Amino acid sequence: MTAVQPFRLPSGGRIDRDRPIRFSCNGRSLVGYAGDTLASALLANGVRVVGRSFKYHRPRGILSAGIEETNAIFRVDTGKLSVPLVRATLQPLEEGLVATTENAVPNVDFDFGRILDFTHGLWPAGFYNKTFKWPSWHWYEGLIRHSAGSGRLPTGPDPTEYFQHNLHCDVLVVGAGPAGLAAALAAGRSGARVVLIEQEPVLGGALLWDGGEIGGTPAETWRAAAAAELANTANVRILTSTSVAGCYDHNVLMAVDRSDATGADRPVERLWKMRAKQVVLATGSIEQPLVFGHNDRPGIMLAGSVRRYVTQFAVAAGRAVVVATNNDDAYRTAFVLQDAGIAMPAIVDSRRRASDRVAEEALRRGLNVMGNSVVVDTTGGRGVTKVAVGELSGDGQSVSGRARWLDCDALAMSGGPSPTVHLYSQAGGKLRFREDLVAFVPDGCRQHVRVAGAANGTVDLAGVLAEGTDAGAAAARDCGFAAIAAALGRNSEPAGLVGSVRWAPGGTTSRQWVDFRHDVTVADIELAVRENYVSVEHLKRYTTVGMSIDQGKTSNLNALSVLASLTDRTIPKVGTTTFRPVFSPVSMGTITAGTTDHLYSPARLLAAHDWHAANGAEFESYGAWRRPACYRKAGEARQAAINREVLAVRHAVGLFEATPLGKIEVKGPDAADFLNRIYVNNMATLQPGGIRYGLMLSENGIVIDDGVAARLASDHYLVSTSSGNADRITGWLEEWHQCEWPHLKLVLSSVTAQWAVLTVAGPRARELLAGLESDIDFSSHAFPHMTIRTGRLAGVPVRVQRVSFSGEASFEVSLPACSARAMWEAWMRAGAANGIEAIGIEAILVLRLEKGFLHVGSDTDGTTNAFDVGFGAIIAKKSGDFVGRRSLMRPNDARQDRRQLVGLEPLQAADSLVAGAHLIHEAGAARRSEGFVTSAARSPTLEKSIGLGLLERGFGRRGETVTVFDNGRSFKARVVDPVFYDPKGERLNG
Amino acid sequence: MLRIPCPYCGVRDEDEFRWGGQSHITRPGLDATETVWADYLFNRDNPKGIQYERWLHAFGCGRWFNLARHTVTHEILAAYRMGDPKPPLGRGAE
Repeated sequence: MTAVQPFRLPSGGRIDRDRPIRFSCNGRSLVGYAGDTLASALLANGVRVVGRSFKYHRPRGILSAGIEETNAIFRVDTGKLSVPLVRATLQPLEEGLVATTENAVPNVDFDFGRILDFTHGLWPAGFYNKTFKWPSWHWYEGLIRHSAGSGRLPTGPDPTEYFQHNLHCDVLVVGAGPAGLAAALAAGRSGARVVLIEQEPVLGGALLWDGGEIGGTPAETWRAAAAAELANTANVRILTSTSVAGCYDHNVLMAVDRSDATGADRPVERLWKMRAKQVVLATGSIEQPLVFGHNDRPGIMLAGSVRRYVTQFAVAAGRAVVVATNNDDAYRTAFVLQDAGIAMPAIVDSRRRASDRVAEEALRRGLNVMGNSVVVDTTGGRGVTKVAVGELSGDGQSVSGRARWLDCDALAMSGGPSPTVHLYSQAGGKLRFREDLVAFVPDGCRQHVRVAGAANGTVDLAGVLAEGTDAGAAAARDCGFAAIAAALGRNSEPAGLVGSVRWAPGGTTSRQWVDFRHDVTVADIELAVRENYVSVEHLKRYTTVGMSIDQGKTSNLNALSVLASLTDRTIPKVGTTTFRPVFSPVSMGTITAGTTDHLYSPARLLAAHDWHAANGAEFESYGAWRRPACYRKAGEARQAAINREVLAVRHAVGLFEATPLGKIEVKGPDAADFLNRIYVNNMATLQPGGIRYGLMLSENGIVIDDGVAARLASDHYLVSTSSGNADRITGWLEEWHQCEWPHLKLVLSSVTAQWAVLTVAGPRARELLAGLESDIDFSSHAFPHMTIRTGRLAGVPVRVQRVSFSGEASFEVSLPACSARAMWEAWMRAGAANGIEAIGIEAILVLRLEKGFLHVGSDTDGTTNAFDVGFGAIIAKKSGDFVGRRSLMRPNDARQDRRQLVGLEPLQAADSLVAGAHLIHEAGAARRSEGFVTSAARSPTLEKSIGLGLLERGFGRRGETVTVFDNGRSFKARVVDPVFYDPKGERLNG
Repeated sequence: MLRIPCPYCGVRDEDEFRWGGQSHITRPGLDATETVWADYLFNRDNPKGIQYERWLHAFGCGRWFNLARHTVTHEILAAYRMGDPKPPLGRGAE
C-alpha cells in the first residue's frame, strides 16, 4: 500500500523506508517514513500549498527545515493531543497524525481571505490605527476578532502531564551541533558536571545533514563517536528534544523538555529550571531570506534547508531548482542537488564571483553561474514556475537592463547566516556588526557565558570545532577543573564571503516580503519611514515585523537592513530590538506544572475541621483559611442559621473556633519598651495578668491592625493580631526589631498554628467552663474581663483570655492544636443542656457590629488614621514615639472634617443599610458623597438594620439625619452611637 | 531570577527573598520638620547603578540583610549584615 511519494529520492536520508507512516493533511491521506518530520513528508508528497499568510491569505509553502519556519503552521492532532500553531518542521511524523490549516476559509487550497490580497493597497501597515473609527470601533470588532488569529484553542481537558525539575551544574552547553559537542567533550573530560541540551531528538546539529570531514574521517563517524562518549560519561547529562527557551540573570536558564511527548499514552512536558556556573552557547545560526518581488510563493525556500531535505530526509524541493545567493554556502546546496539528479537552471549570485574553491567546483560541475545578478521577481499561482533575474548595476544600487525569465519549480535562496544570539542577548551580551557577514555577532557578555561556533560568526567546520573545544575547556577551568583543549587543527580556508546585497533594488515594494509570518513588505517599512517611525523599536511595533510566533528569526535582520537603507544609516547605527524570553514556545501548562484547582494555593484548615465539615458548616475562604461562615441545620436557610447563631450567643452559649487569630510571643527585658514603640497604646503600664486592646499604625499614621496584647510576666507578652494579619504583623514586628531597634533585647516567635483557639461566649459560657476539671477559677470576681489566666482545663494546658468580640461574657481558650478537636466535641456535649450552638464567622461579624467593634479592613481603609476611629484620647495620654506618631502630628491628620467612625440606623424599619452605600450631602447644587457605610446587617437581637460608617465630621454629628444612597435608591438614616447593644457593657463585664 | 547570597544561609534563589527597598535610611524623630518626614515616608533614591538595599530571607532564616546591587546588570557586588555600614566595593566587579 505504499503510495507514491513523487519527490522522495530513491536512496539516502536518515529515514527508515521499512516503516511507512500514514497521516493526513487538510483531508488528504498521505504516507511518509519513520524519521520524517511532518514538513519533510509533505514535501516528499509534493504538497506545495501548506498554509495561507496572516493578512493577505496568500498561498504559502514550506520555507525551512527548522524552528524559523513561518509558513507551515498547522493544527496537529495526534490522537493524544490536539495542538494549534505547530511548526511542521519540528513535528515528528506519527501514525495517524492529522494536520489542518486553520486560518483559511473554507480551506487552504481555496481561501476567501485572498480578497485581502487583491485589495492589498487598502491594508498597509497600521491601517487599523486609521480606520474602523466611525461610528464606533465596536461595530467592526466582532468581524475583526473572528477573522484575526491563526489557530483555535483546543477544547476539553488537557491530557498532558506537566512537571518542573531543578538542575544545577558546572557547565551548561546549549546546542549539540559540532561546537556544542566539542564543548561538552572538553568539559566532560575534565570531570566537571556537564549538561548538554539539544532541541532535536538526536545529537549532531548540522553534522546530521551537512556531512563533510573532520580530521580526515567522515563527519558522521566523529559525530557518532562523540555522542557515544558523552552518553557513557558519568558526569555528563544529556537532554534531547529539549529547547532552552530563556536565559535569565545569574546564569539561570529555562528549558522545555518534550522528550516524553510521543510514545507514552499521556504526553508529558517538563520544565527544567537550571542554574549553571558557566554557560556555553552553541546555538548555531539561522539562514536569512532574500528580499525581491513575490519572494513568498510556495517553492521558494531557504537554500540550507533545501540541502537538509535532500541529505537528511531524501526529499527534493523540486525538479528544477534555481539557487539565488549572496554567499558561498548556497553553492553546496547546488552541488548536493546536482548529485541527486535534480536539474539546476542557474545559480544567481549577487557577488561578481564566489570564493575561488567554490567557483572552481561550480565550473568543474558545469553549473550555470550568473554573477552580479539578483532575482527580481517570480510568477506562479500555486507555486513558483518562473523567476526573473536581473543584472546589478555598477554600484549595486539598481538592476540594469531587462530581466531574464528562468523556468523552475523551486527557488533555493540564501542571504547568509545570522548567528542565533537570542539567549546570549537575554544574558546581557553585547553585539557588534560584522561587515563580512552582514550580521550581528557576540561581543562580550558580563555573565559567565561564552559563545562558540556558528553562533559566534564562525562558519568553517574546523574553526567551529576548535572554538567549541576552547569554550568548553575554559568553562571547565573556570569551575576549577583541569581541562586540556585538544588541538584539532584550524583550517586555513577563509570563510566564504557574504555579499552585502540581500534586497534587490527597484521593483514594486508592496510585493517584496520581509516578514512572511506577519505579511510585512518593504512598502510597509517605507510607510513607517514616511510617518517618522524610524527607531527600530518603533518600526517593529508599527509594522508588526518580527512580532509573530517566529519572533523575527527570518525577518528582523532584513527589516533593519531595509530601514538602514531607507534612512541613510548604517545597519549597526539602526541597531536591533531588545531580545526577550522566550526563544521557543512554552506551554502555559508547563509553567504552572499542575498547580491548578486545589493545588493553586495552600489551604489552611481549622483544628476541628472534620467536626465542622460533618455538622453542616458552610465553608468559605478567609485568606488561606477555610472557615465555617455558618452551620446550617437540615432545611435551614443561610440567613436563618446566622440569626440563630447570633441569638444563641446572646441568650445561651456559643462555641467558635478562632484558631487563625495571630498569636505572637514577645519575650525579653525590652519587650514592654518595644511594644510601646509599635502600639498606639501604652503597653508598658499593663500589669501582668492583664490584657489591653491596642491599635497598630503604619508610619503614615494609617490603621493597619487592632488586637489585644496580654502580659504574662514583666518580660513576656502575648500579642494577638486580627486573623487575616497574623503573618503580616509577625513580619512587621520582626522588621522593626531587626532593622530599626536591634539593640532592644527581646525574641519574637509566632505561635499562631501551635495554639488552637476555642471561644466560648454567652451568658452561660462561665457555667460550661466551670463545669470542667480545671485549676482556673472562672468566677466573675476571680477572672474579670480583660485578664488572662494560664493553667489546665480538662487535663490540657491552656491559656484563657477573657476578651470579647461578641459583647457577651467570653473566654478565648488557647490550647495545643492537637487537643482541639477532642475538646470541641467534649464541650459541645457538655453544653448541650445549656443550648450550646456552633458559631460561624458571619454570626461573629453581626455580634461585633451590634457592639460597634471595629473590623480593620472593613471599617477602615487606606486613609483611616487613629483619630478617625476615636483613639484621640488614648494617644493624648501616651508619651514617647510610636510608629506613625509623627504622621498624626501633620495638620491634615488632625482635621475635624475627616471621615470619622459613626453608627447608623435607617429611619424607616423597612430600609436596610448596605456596606458600600454612600452618605450624601444634598445641600444645593453641590451634591456629593460625605462618606460611606462600611459594615451593615439586619440585627436579629435588635430586630432592625444597623451599620457602621465613615462620615465627614462624624463625631460631632450624633443625632443628625443623613441621606443614604444605594444603587439608585435613597433613604434617610440617623447618625448614632456605634454601640447599639448593651452600651454600658454590663453583659461584657458580668 | 537572581541568585542571592544570604549572609547566613549562602546562595539561594530570588523567590526565597523579599525586597525591602533602599537601606541606610535614618528614621527621623518626632521633632522632624514636615519636609524631612515626608522625605522619609515617600522619597527614595532611584539610581541607574549601584543601589544599597534591604532584603529579607522570608522563606529561609527570616533575617534581614543588605545587598549592594547594580540596578541595570543585577550584579550583586556585596552582601552584608543589617546594621553594618556600606562595604567598600572593588572595581574588579565587571
